[in-house]
Amino acid sequence: MRNLLRWETALVFLLVVVALTGQISTDGSFLSGGNLFYLGLDIGEIALIALPLTLVIVAGEIDLSVASVLGLSSALIGWLWNAGWSLETILPTVIVAGAVCGAVNGLLVTRLGLPSLAVTIGTLALYRGLALVVLGDTAVADFPASYTSFGTTPVPGTDIPYPIVLAAVLAVLFGVALHASSFGRSVFAIGANEEGARFSGIRVKRVKLSLFVLAGAVAAIAGIVYTFRFSSARADNGVGLELAVVAAVLLGGVSIFGGKGSLFGVLAGVLLLGGLRNLLILQDTSTEVLTIVTGLLLLVSVLAPSVTRRVGSLRKAAP
Amino acid sequence: MTTQLTPTATPPTSRRTAARRLTTRVGRVRELGIVVALALVVIPTAIVNPRFIQPQSLRDLLLNASIVALLAVGQTLVVITRNVDLSVGSVLGLSAFLTAQHFADNPGTPLLLGIGFGVAVGLACGLLNGLLVALGNVPSLVVTLGTLYVFRGIDYALAQGKQVNAANLPDALLDLGSSRILGIPILVLVAVVVIVVAAVYLRSYRSGRELYAIGSNPEAATLAGIPVARRTLTTFAVSGLIAGLAGALWVARYGTVDAAAGTGLELQVVAAVVVGGVAIFGGSGTVTGAALGALLLGTITSCLVVLQIPAFWQQAIAGALLLSAITVDRLLALRLAKALRTSEGTSHA
Repeated sequence: MRNLLRWETALVFLLVVVALTGQISTDGSFLSGGNLFYLGLDIGEIALIALPLTLVIVAGEIDLSVASVLGLSSALIGWLWNAGWSLETILPTVIVAGAVCGAVNGLLVTRLGLPSLAVTIGTLALYRGLALVVLGDTAVADFPASYTSFGTTPVPGTDIPYPIVLAAVLAVLFGVALHASSFGRSVFAIGANEEGARFSGIRVKRVKLSLFVLAGAVAAIAGIVYTFRFSSARADNGVGLELAVVAAVLLGGVSIFGGKGSLFGVLAGVLLLGGLRNLLILQDTSTEVLTIVTGLLLLVSVLAPSVTRRVGSLRKAAP
Repeated sequence: MTTQLTPTATPPTSRRTAARRLTTRVGRVRELGIVVALALVVIPTAIVNPRFIQPQSLRDLLLNASIVALLAVGQTLVVITRNVDLSVGSVLGLSAFLTAQHFADNPGTPLLLGIGFGVAVGLACGLLNGLLVALGNVPSLVVTLGTLYVFRGIDYALAQGKQVNAANLPDALLDLGSSRILGIPILVLVAVVVIVVAAVYLRSYRSGRELYAIGSNPEAATLAGIPVARRTLTTFAVSGLIAGLAGALWVARYGTVDAAAGTGLELQVVAAVVVGGVAIFGGSGTVTGAALGALLLGTITSCLVVLQIPAFWQQAIAGALLLSAITVDRLLALRLAKALRTSEGTSHA
């Protein structure tokens, strides 16, 4: 627990460093309302998907299919819109479809006892493939402006983009669920010791299944946000996003082995990656530097606890 | 079976051999299953379009599968030890670009030296992965996810949007990608040699067997005196080395290389390995199976083209295939565990 707290402190410290460096090096435009609006838009989908994925990873599982669910929901929006459905019926349908995708993952993992890594690599290909089957390589872009405008305008009177409002509301819900409810305690218990959790009466399979369903549904919501933000429904929307989300979650201090982590750390991780990205773009730095920085941060975030542990044990060993 | 001949006095050993026989049979069934799946894909396609089994199109089939099959061999070694190497696509990309640039900048480079350069790049990447996993005591999934980004970023930073064209590459290299010996493309022969070497190593060498022991139970392997950290380091180094070789061969095969070469290939490779019957949690599987898995996935892609099914279906089918492969494996494993349990039970009674 102390280790965890230390890691989150380090993240907040890094965030402050990034903000200050940005503010100084860009003559104050980094923290200006206009830039924060774009920063917020940029991290919207990652922030959304990171929420349920945190719970999945805390429970000791992984879901690599989330970006494909995002793409499938985007393709479905385009397909159903072309078929003449109204957006009021499309959006709930798409969220349900996302939940079904998550349920397929969850059932394969819990009922057949298959490793989630292999299952979700399979469904990563399957769902993206279905997206391609549904929409091919065409793009649908003729959505009404009332839906697409939220990608270009903030909440009236503020600089806050709508996706961030959505992410914030969901973050509070997920935060309460993970850190202040018996459901959250059972998620931690499953991740720490699945056998022990089962013997203490936790319905392990049901909890895990619900986490995968949540991940699918929220990934579909992220797909809706993505589609309207770019005003374009395409089958290849968000390809490769799963790695960015997993990187943000692990950077936020969640243990890949499960049982450890906090939603606060994950949000800090998402902000840190998004802030760095934004800063590098403002500096006209090439995006490949960002790719390297993302990878290095991920490596440091997993190496740091291991190194401190080793140093700690050496210090203990010394008289 | 002996048990049927002497039902009154069942010796516990014969029951146990029955279970063991089932184990080996399941192992064989697994590879046979892929061959059957291959036949199920190839025969209908050949009936619809007989040109599909002409030598030339079979050669293309093998050629297309050989690079993924190579990567699958390295990945198998890693997965058997209960690890995973997600960075192979990026290592291939980095090695491909550096090899191509090396040939373009030094026109006189001997063929093998240039390829050796690509292999060395891959080996260096693999060693870095291995050191982080073995010494840092960090899960390989996270480490190689990190280095996936780092290696690809370095690749883009070095390339700076440029690409190397076939016109700047020596003919000897490009010939390697297109010429054949006894009608078989050289790239395919290289892949076959690597597969055979790795298969013999895993089957008959002590350190090869130790990889299975590590994957089955890392703690027990440590207690049994197996140098787990060193073996893990070696598997990652070999996986990187093979990815480096695959990168150099990629240049020979395609001629034009930019920084995006091999993007996303890691998932195809993991899919091939899993379809090929290598358990994702380590301890079992063969390189032959993994290579057959790569061949099956490649063949399905080609069949879709021949049958004029939109290429959009390809990814969905690959995903469905992976899921059914792991499901079948799981069901077989459950049956096997049941059989072993009954035999254990009778031998104790």
